[in-house]
Amino acid sequence: MTAAPEPLLVATDLRKAYGPTPALDGAELTVRAGEVVAVMGPSGSGKSTLLHCLAGIVTPDSGDVRYRGQQMSLMSDGERSALRRTDFGFVFQFGQLVPELTCLENVAMPLRLAGRRRKDAEALAATWLERLEVTDLAGKRPGEVSGGQGQRVAVARALVGAPRVVFADEPTGALDSLNGERVMRLLTDAAHDTGAAVVLVTHEPRVAAYSDREIVVRDGKSRDMERAA
Amino acid sequence: MTAPHEPFAGFDRTRAAGPGGAGWAEPAAGVRAWVRDLLLGARFAAGGGREGWTRTVLTAVGVALGVALLLLASAVPAMMDARDQRRVARDTLSSGEAVQPGASTFLLAETNTTYHGKDITGVLLHPEGPAAEPPPGLAAMPPAGRMVVSPALKKLLASSPLLRERIPYEITGTIGKAGLMGPADLYYYAGSDQLVAYGAGQAGGNAERETRFGAHSNSEVLGAVFNLLLVMVLVVLLLPVAVFVATAVRLGGERRDRRLAALRLVGADIRMTRRVAAGEALFGALFGLLLGAAFFLIARQFASHITIRDISAFPSDLTPSPALTVLIAVAVPVAAVAVTMLSLRATVIEPLGVFRQGVGQRRKLWWRLLVPAAGLALLIPLFGSVQGDARTNQYQIATGTVLLLVGVTAVLPWLVESVVGRLRGGPVAWQLATRRLQLNSNASARMVSGVTVAVAGAIALQMLFGAVSADFVYDTGADPARAQILIAASTTSSEETAHDIRQLAGTKGVRQVIGYLQSQATQPDAASRGGSVSDSAYLPVNVGDCASLRELAAIGADCEPGSTFLVPPSHGVGVEESLQYLEPGHRIDLNVGYGDRYSGTPVLWTIPAGTRTVAGRVDPSGSREWGILATPEAIDSNRLFDARSQIMVAVDDREPEAVEYVRNTAAGFGVTTYTRSISGTSAKASYTQLRRGLFAGATLTMVLIGASLLVSMLEQLRDRRKLLAVLVAFGTKRSALAWSVLWQTTIPVVLGLVLACAGGVGLGAALLAMVGSPFHMDWGGMATMAAIGSAVVLGVTLLSLPPLWRLMRPDGLHTE
Amino acid sequence: MSIGHTLLGLLESGPRHGYDLKRAFDERFGHDRPLAYGQVYSTMARLLKNGLVEVDGIEPGGGPERKRYAITDAGVTDVESWLAQPEKPEPYLQTTLYTKVVLALLTGRPAADLLDSQRAEHLRLMRELTRRKSGGDLADQLICDHALFHLEADLRWLELTAARLDQLAAEVTR
Repeated sequence: MTAAPEPLLVATDLRKAYGPTPALDGAELTVRAGEVVAVMGPSGSGKSTLLHCLAGIVTPDSGDVRYRGQQMSLMSDGERSALRRTDFGFVFQFGQLVPELTCLENVAMPLRLAGRRRKDAEALAATWLERLEVTDLAGKRPGEVSGGQGQRVAVARALVGAPRVVFADEPTGALDSLNGERVMRLLTDAAHDTGAAVVLVTHEPRVAAYSDREIVVRDGKSRDMERAA
Repeated sequence: MTAPHEPFAGFDRTRAAGPGGAGWAEPAAGVRAWVRDLLLGARFAAGGGREGWTRTVLTAVGVALGVALLLLASAVPAMMDARDQRRVARDTLSSGEAVQPGASTFLLAETNTTYHGKDITGVLLHPEGPAAEPPPGLAAMPPAGRMVVSPALKKLLASSPLLRERIPYEITGTIGKAGLMGPADLYYYAGSDQLVAYGAGQAGGNAERETRFGAHSNSEVLGAVFNLLLVMVLVVLLLPVAVFVATAVRLGGERRDRRLAALRLVGADIRMTRRVAAGEALFGALFGLLLGAAFFLIARQFASHITIRDISAFPSDLTPSPALTVLIAVAVPVAAVAVTMLSLRATVIEPLGVFRQGVGQRRKLWWRLLVPAAGLALLIPLFGSVQGDARTNQYQIATGTVLLLVGVTAVLPWLVESVVGRLRGGPVAWQLATRRLQLNSNASARMVSGVTVAVAGAIALQMLFGAVSADFVYDTGADPARAQILIAASTTSSEETAHDIRQLAGTKGVRQVIGYLQSQATQPDAASRGGSVSDSAYLPVNVGDCASLRELAAIGADCEPGSTFLVPPSHGVGVEESLQYLEPGHRIDLNVGYGDRYSGTPVLWTIPAGTRTVAGRVDPSGSREWGILATPEAIDSNRLFDARSQIMVAVDDREPEAVEYVRNTAAGFGVTTYTRSISGTSAKASYTQLRRGLFAGATLTMVLIGASLLVSMLEQLRDRRKLLAVLVAFGTKRSALAWSVLWQTTIPVVLGLVLACAGGVGLGAALLAMVGSPFHMDWGGMATMAAIGSAVVLGVTLLSLPPLWRLMRPDGLHTE
Repeated sequence: MSIGHTLLGLLESGPRHGYDLKRAFDERFGHDRPLAYGQVYSTMARLLKNGLVEVDGIEPGGGPERKRYAITDAGVTDVESWLAQPEKPEPYLQTTLYTKVVLALLTGRPAADLLDSQRAEHLRLMRELTRRKSGGDLADQLICDHALFHLEADLRWLELTAARLDQLAAEVTR
C-alpha cells in the first residue's frame, strides 16, 4: 500500500506549546487510506503530541489538520468526539483497559459508545477477540491477564468499530520483543484486512519496521522520509 | 466475586510468622523505633503536597467536629445544673403560712405577658421593711415605678414601643448574671405600690408576702418521655459523627497503603508500616483534637445567641467536666489509631503492592442481623414503660438504640454487595458504575454508612416526635374563630368588668367583646350543716348580659335583662348531689367562704320560678359552663362571692398587632388580670425547636458525609486520570462519564437510604411502642430525610464534575 | 561466516557432491547471497589440501562437479572446535558511515540528512526483512530477527549520533 490516491489525514505546519516549551514546531504529515505510518523520534520530540493533534484530542495552537478534507479545528468538541467514536481507534502503551469491565466488555465499549445495542456489540467484540487469538479472555478482567494479552484486547478494541484510522502510541512499549512483535503483526494484519490506516508512534525501529513508511519527529519538527527521498 | 488482585494474599504472613523474620528485622521494637515511625507517619500526613494536606485537614475537621460535639454533650449536664441553681436562687417558695410583715419582708406578685409569641416574666416587688433583700442579680429593691430588666428584655423593649407601652416602668438597671438562667431570659423586677398581701386563705389582696428569694431545690421534672428524646437526639447525632470520624480517619487509605508498600520495598517490615500508619492517623486525630477544642470554644461564644426549648446558656455555663474532657482527649486519638489498625488488618501490604483479604467469600447475613436483633431485644422489655414520670433505664435505651442503628450499618455492606452483584447491562455509564461498585462494594458501603445511620436515626426520631407532640399538642376545644383572647381577672365586680369591656371594645383592632362574672354558690343549709365546704353542693353561677350568655348556652332570642337560665352539666358525674338544687324556686347560698370550713354569713338567693332549663354550649375558650346563668339585673353582682371575670375578645384579622393592643389595654387592668390567647391547639414551642435542631444536625451530618464522599470520589478520579484520558480519546461523551460518577454515588446512597428508611421505621416503631403510642408513619419526615440524602448525592456529583472535566484533558495521556 | 567450516559441517551428515553441498548451503544459509560454484570448489580444494576432507568417489564424466567429498576425522575435530569457539564479539564500528559523517561535518554538508537517509535505508531493509519474516517458517524468522536486531543496533547508533551531531561537529571542527 504505497500510493493510495486519497489523503485521509493531512496535517500542515502544526504548532503546539505546553507552557513555554514547544512540543510541536511546524510538524506536518499526510496519512493515506490503508497505510501504516510510523512516527519516530527520540523521547520528548513531540511524537505523542502530533498523534493527539491528528486524532483531534488536542487542538494545535496553529496549523491545520484536515480529516477527509474537513478542518478539525473548526469542529466542535462534540463533533470531534463523535469522529473519534466512529472513525478512529486507539491503542496506548498500558493502562487503557477499564479495570472493572471484562475484556469482552472493554472491546464492546466503543460500539456501545457509538450507540450499538449491548448484545450486538458484544457479539462483534467476541469475533474480534477470536481474531486476535484471545477468545478465552472474554470473561476475565484486565487485572487477570498478561501485558501482551491486554494489548491484544486493546487492539481488538481499537479495531472493533471498523475505524478508518487506528492511532497507536507505543503499543508495544511495555512488552518484550516476542509479545511486541506478535501484537504488531496482529495489528498491522488486521488493519490491512479492514483497510484501516495506522498511525504508529514508536521509538523502536523493529516496531517501525511494520510500517509502510516513517515520519521522523525531532524537536517538534517532522520529516516525511518519503517526501525527503 | 473473584479476587484478581490477591495472588499473594497471605504470603507475607507466613514469612513474618517465622521466628527469623521477626528476629532480625526489628528487634523488640523499642520506644525509639516507635517514635521514629510515628514521626515518619506524621511527616507523611503533614507533607505530601496539597493533596496530602487536603486529606489531613479533612480528617482533622471530621475528628474536630466529633470532638466539638462530644465536648458540647459533656458540658450539658453542668450547664443544666448551673441553670437550675440560678433558677432556684430567684424562685420564692410560699410557705403557705401567713407571714407577718417585718423588717425583711416584701410583697411579690408575678405578672407575665406574651409579646409576639415570646413569654416575658415580670415580678412586682414592694419591700415592707428596710432589710428586705433584693433578688439575685439586683443590687437593691427597685423603687416603685422603676424596674430592673434582663439584657434581652432591654433589647426587646428598645425595639418594641408597643411592648414598652405595656411595661412602662422606668428602667434603672439590668439584672446581673446571677439572676438569669440564660442570656435569652426575658425577665424584669419592678417596684410597685399597688401590692396588697393576700389575706388568710388568699382572701383579697394580689401579692404574696415573702421573707427571701431562693427556694429549696425542686428540680424540674422533665419526664420520662423527654429523657427518652434527649437520649435519642444524642445517640442520633453522635453516632453518625462517630461513623464519620471512623471514615475520616480512613480517608486516603488506598494512597496511604501504596505509600506503605513503597516503604516495604525499601525494607520496612509489617509492624513498622503499621506504626507509620498509626503515626499518620494520630497526627490527623491530634490536629483534629486541637481544632475540635477551637470549634467548641467558638461555638460556645455563639451559645448565647441560641435558644433551644426556651433554654439559652451563658458561654461560661458550657464547661465540660474535666474528667470527661480528659476522656475525650485520650479516647479520640486512641480510637483513630484503633480504626486504622483495624482497617490494616484486612490489608496485606507487600513491597510490590497492596492486597486485600477476605474479598473472596460472600458476606454472611445472619450475624449481621444479630446486632439489630440484640438491640431490639434490649428495647422490647421497655415497651409501654416510658410514660409519665416513670424512671427508665437510659443506658438500656441508649445501648438498644445504638445496637439497632449499628445493625443497620452492619447489614449495609451485605445489601450493597448482594444488590450490586446482581446489576447487569444498561448503558455504558451504568455499566462503568456498577462494575466499579462490584469490584469494591466495601468502600462504597463504608462511605454511605454514615448517611444511613443519620437518616435512620432521624426518621425514628421524627416518628417519636410525631407521637410525642400529640401528647403536647392537644385540642383545647376552643374556637379561635369566635374569640382570640381571654382576659380573666380575679376579685372583681360587674362594674369593673363592664369598665374593662368598654375599654377593650375601644381598643384598636377589636371586633367584639363579651364578658361575664363567674362565681359559685352552695346549698342553702351549708352554714348550719357543718363539716367541710367541699362536702357541700357545688353550684356555678355565671352573670353576664344576654349577648355574653348566648356564648355559654343555647338560650335563644328569649332573653332580656332579669332573665335567668339553668344549664345542666354535660355529664353528671360527681355532681348529682348538686343537681337537686338546680330547680326553679330553690334557694341557694351565694356565700361559700374561703378555707375548709364555712365562714361568713349566708347570702341566700332564690332561683326565680319559671327559669328555663337550656342546653349548654362550648364557649370560645373551649370550656363548657353549667349551673345558673343570670343577667346582672337578676343577681346583684356585689352579692357574689369572690367573683372572677371572663372576658373574651375577638379581634380583626386585618389588624396584625390587634392582639398586642388588647394585651396592652388589659395590662392596665391591674395585677390580678391574666391574659392568654385562645387557640385551637396548644403546642409547646420547645418541640418545634428541638425538631428544627434535629433537622439541622442531620443536614450537617449529611453534608459532612457528602464531603468525605466527595474527597474519596476525587481521589478515585485522580487515580484514574490516565484511564479517563483514554476514554476521552475514544470519544466518550463527558455526559457519559458524569452519569457514571452520578450512578456510582447514587446506587450505594439509594441502598443506604432504603435501608435507613427500613431501619428508621423499625426503630421508630420500637420507640413508639416504648412510649405506648400507636404505630404511625411519618411520611413527611421520611421524604425530607430522603430528599436531604439525595441532595447530598447530587451535590457530590456536581462538585466532582469540574475536577472531572479537568482530568479529562488529554494531558493524562502523557506517559509518565 | 566461515564458509569452509559451514561446508564441513554439512558434510558431517554424509558424503556429498559439490553440487549438493551448494544446494544444501543455499537452502539453509544462502538467502541473501547464493554461493558461487567457484567458491565451493576453491573452498573444497583448500579443505582437501588441509586434509579435512577426502574425495569419496568420482562420477564418470570428469569435472570438479563430479567429485564426491567426505569429511575426515581431522575435519570433524575442526568443526567441533569451530563450534566450541565463541565468535569474537566484533566492535562493529560503522567505520564507513562514521567516516562519511565526519567528512560531511568537515566539509559543511548536512550530516543530519546523511544520517536520515541512512536511517531510511536501514528501515527499508528492516521492512523487507519483517515482511519476509511474516511469510517464512521459524528458521526464516530467526535469521531475519538476527539481521533485524543488528540493523536495529545500527539504527540506534544513527539515532544517538544524530542527537550528538552538534557535539561532534564542535569536536571535529576544532
